[in-house]
Amino acid sequence: MRNLIRFLSKNSFIFLFVFLLFISFVLLVKHNNYQNSKVFNSSNFLIGNLYSTINNVNDYFNLKEVNAELAEQNARLQSTQISTFTKVFGTTVEIDDTTYSQKYVYTSAKAINTSTNKRENYITLDKGALNGIEAGMGVVSPTGIIGTVKNVSENFCSVMSVLHEKNAVSAKIKKSGFRGSLVWELGNYRIAQLKDIPNHVKLNKGDTIITSGYSMIFPEGEMIGIIKNFDLPEGNNFYNIAVEFSVDYKKLSHVFIVKSWMKEEQKKLEELNDVVPK
Amino acid sequence: MIENVLKYGSMFILLILFQGLILNNIEFGGYVVPFLYVFFILALPFETPNWIVLIIAFVLGICVDSFTSTLGMHTSASLVMAFSRSYLLKLIEPRGGYEFNSKPSVQIMGLPWYLMYAFILVFIHHLFLFYVESFKFTQFFYTFGRAAFSTFFTMILVLTVQLFNYKSTTKS
Repeated sequence: MRNLIRFLSKNSFIFLFVFLLFISFVLLVKHNNYQNSKVFNSSNFLIGNLYSTINNVNDYFNLKEVNAELAEQNARLQSTQISTFTKVFGTTVEIDDTTYSQKYVYTSAKAINTSTNKRENYITLDKGALNGIEAGMGVVSPTGIIGTVKNVSENFCSVMSVLHEKNAVSAKIKKSGFRGSLVWELGNYRIAQLKDIPNHVKLNKGDTIITSGYSMIFPEGEMIGIIKNFDLPEGNNFYNIAVEFSVDYKKLSHVFIVKSWMKEEQKKLEELNDVVPK
Repeated sequence: MIENVLKYGSMFILLILFQGLILNNIEFGGYVVPFLYVFFILALPFETPNWIVLIIAFVLGICVDSFTSTLGMHTSASLVMAFSRSYLLKLIEPRGGYEFNSKPSVQIMGLPWYLMYAFILVFIHHLFLFYVESFKFTQFFYTFGRAAFSTFFTMILVLTVQLFNYKSTTKS
């Protein structure tokens, strides 16, 4: 026993090191698996508030661009209003409320912290559980998609950006309708790869890539980006396509969080398929 | 003693804020990020007990981690760095030992000594950090490159800070 104590006290430095390293690895692994350690992530109260204060200052420098962006969106929305359509057939057009049910609801939010230089990038927004935000909602901006809500605290939420190695977005080519999955790899934060487009599809540089709406996270037809270049490796069935994002993730400001009313319903229906009949 | 605690305390806060609010947003081609906060561990006095260095590194790491939501990453890297520091200091101890009440700096120990000391520790820290971040060895050389280039930029910042110290002490 005495020998053991002597051994421990002699090597206390190494044991302390191993002990602390063990703690940090436990934190690391736990955090990587669940991403929900509520105290220490950037949506916590103290640092969240610090970021929002600093962001208030930064916002003044972006006002001009943001205004232009919002005005553009206003114009686009205005053009979809019923009042801007003329009656083609002369007879009355009846809008029956029960034929349309709302599928998506938008909540506006402001990005208060972003990163683009890591393998797994997150964005912190200034809306949280108190505003009805839940994990799994999509986030879009006037110019394109942003990501998926991952963690929610009372006043803030953190969003898994599309600049995240493990975030694959279901995308399609607007012109031909072929669907693939969009993934991003560390390197250039403006470029992502579109996978699974078969080799018989006709592609052009500059083709628009939009969301497919399959995953129910994003509405169908949200802008993602344009094809920057593509090639077909010898003997391969699928294209390598580089897509340039339409959003500059370094100057995010006002974004919209999208809630899908019918996501649960679709999920439940699709889960029925996996049930093995007895 | 009190003066030292105040000095290092304010340096601690300044370095963390500088790292969290400014340096984390800097990148060169999505590839290189400088981590100046390790300067705090470099600058601790020679006679700081080893276990205090470890605990300081642990707290420092957690503070930096909470800015980036990567709990454990910077913590483990700075722990490894603090651990290596005690052995490195023994290894490159000049003949006759270190002067009492002094700390590692260009002014006291000379540029070649300081360069070796800082480079080895910063490189250990960055290597560990980037490999823990990627958590795999499949992109071995890519990750190694990131660590090496980031080390280069961190070293430039560390030497710049040293330059400021140099001026202020010769004036007074």
